[in-house]
Amino acid sequence: MSDEIVLRGHPGIGPRVEGEALVSHHGFSARYDLNRKTGVFSRESHDLYGQSIVGKVLVHTTAKGGVATAWALLDMRAQGTAPLGIIFQLANPIMAQGAALADLPLMDRLEPDPLSVVESGDWLIVDPPAGEVRVRKRRR
Amino acid sequence: MRLTDDERAILAGERGEAVRRALALQIKVGDFFGAADFVAIDSAHMMAEIESMGEPCLAWVEEMADLGGRTIVPTTSNPRSVDVALWEALGQDERQVELELRLTRALNRLGILTLDTCINYQTVSPPRFGEHVAWGDTGTVIFANAVAGARSNFEGGPVALAAALTGRTARYGYHLPEQRLGTVLVQLREQPASTSDWGALGCWIGRQVSDYWQVPVIDGLEVQPTVDQLKQLGASLASYGSLAMFHLVGVTPEARTIAEAFGGRVPERTLTLEPGSLRAVYESFQPERQRPDVVAFTAPQLSIVELRDLAELLAGRPVHPDVRLLITTNYQNRAAADRLGYSASIEKAGGLLLSGACFYLMTARELAQKHGWRTILTDSAKLANIIPGYGYNPVFRPTDVCVEAAVRGELPW
Repeated sequence: MSDEIVLRGHPGIGPRVEGEALVSHHGFSARYDLNRKTGVFSRESHDLYGQSIVGKVLVHTTAKGGVATAWALLDMRAQGTAPLGIIFQLANPIMAQGAALADLPLMDRLEPDPLSVVESGDWLIVDPPAGEVRVRKRRR
Repeated sequence: MRLTDDERAILAGERGEAVRRALALQIKVGDFFGAADFVAIDSAHMMAEIESMGEPCLAWVEEMADLGGRTIVPTTSNPRSVDVALWEALGQDERQVELELRLTRALNRLGILTLDTCINYQTVSPPRFGEHVAWGDTGTVIFANAVAGARSNFEGGPVALAAALTGRTARYGYHLPEQRLGTVLVQLREQPASTSDWGALGCWIGRQVSDYWQVPVIDGLEVQPTVDQLKQLGASLASYGSLAMFHLVGVTPEARTIAEAFGGRVPERTLTLEPGSLRAVYESFQPERQRPDVVAFTAPQLSIVELRDLAELLAGRPVHPDVRLLITTNYQNRAAADRLGYSASIEKAGGLLLSGACFYLMTARELAQKHGWRTILTDSAKLANIIPGYGYNPVFRPTDVCVEAAVRGELPW
């Protein structure tokens, strides 16, 4: 596994998961950016506009906007429109609260910076209890 | 987190299952942010509405009530996705009303005051300097922190309820004195004039300082803002920047001087608001068509003073037949506006005055599809930021321009 990169930080929220990364250089809010009934980015100015988060590990800069996401992640999980997990450079309380309620994997403050390492399509093994994310680069 | 004997008893289930679940949820969040312990709170404010909750979160709240959960500090509710009296006039689905009524019953069983307002600091009780609270709705939090000098993080619905049941919250973020100090200096070379200019200022700052953990310090102010203006500034900063705190040198209580606001630290960077910047904020919102489908005065709910001003602007000036004019306030201000005749003036002009709700919560995507709405004009910088996610073309303009466009059926600029 010569092409595996390990990101380390503090323990996150939720269980270990693995899946494909969907990377954004914008922030994230379930209310501001998503059609939560479909799991598709509905904000036209977002760099992931039109893309589906369902089953993906989202990688974002930071949390945007207000308090709705504290509820919305559980609702989306029940509807089958939630992401598999979320990684931020820096999360805010709302994202942590929403992830804790939904038991959805959430991590932040990782080294090295996930946005400098991870690209959409890479395979991520997200291990919140261990405070670790393993990145397997997609062969390009 | 370091727990007291009382907290260990709660976790062991000695006070019931609802409060045990509440504390366990709070510990997960506290651990994530490295909180050392809990701090007692004086009040909670809970965001709970079906648009973001859906039935799964409604079921979670109902279960907390079934398990015997009961608030132990005064707790108010945020706006909802329907006005229970006017949902039909707006063309909303009856199912949405049924779910909101179910939610109201559950909240009342939990002991929550369902005042359905995002301006609790104006109409219920302003927080006091230095007290710890657990409030949700970002606009309420930033007002509590910055204007009143109370202490709160953004507490979303589930953890605001948890805090109301346990009477405490994890001590991290804005409960800590060092987090409240300024990080970014904003120098004003242009002064905000109208109330919506304060929203424009919040937009201008929040677009450049977009991080919950940053605290802008605004210096160079030559005017004294009203509470409604601070409300617009805070709501806009919280929306564009996800910010929970600001300092206005010479105005807000933890910023009597610029040195106090920064607590001896050096600003990480300095932004300068040059003349013309506020106009440029308005013009960054371009209409696809000159006729707005909707003109909305909302987000936050209007104060009684704002309702009076709108009633006066609309007196004798009927709204254009192709434009829907919507205003939201809370039930308390609605009752006052009824008594004072403002509701009658607004309704006579053709406006719809909604209570206990806020437009972006009101199934906005479904309303757009049903009525063919696309271009929305508003004097709320916050609404203009949120509403594109629901498929709208937002246009942010000053209040008088919004009224003018609603009456003429065409945007002057």
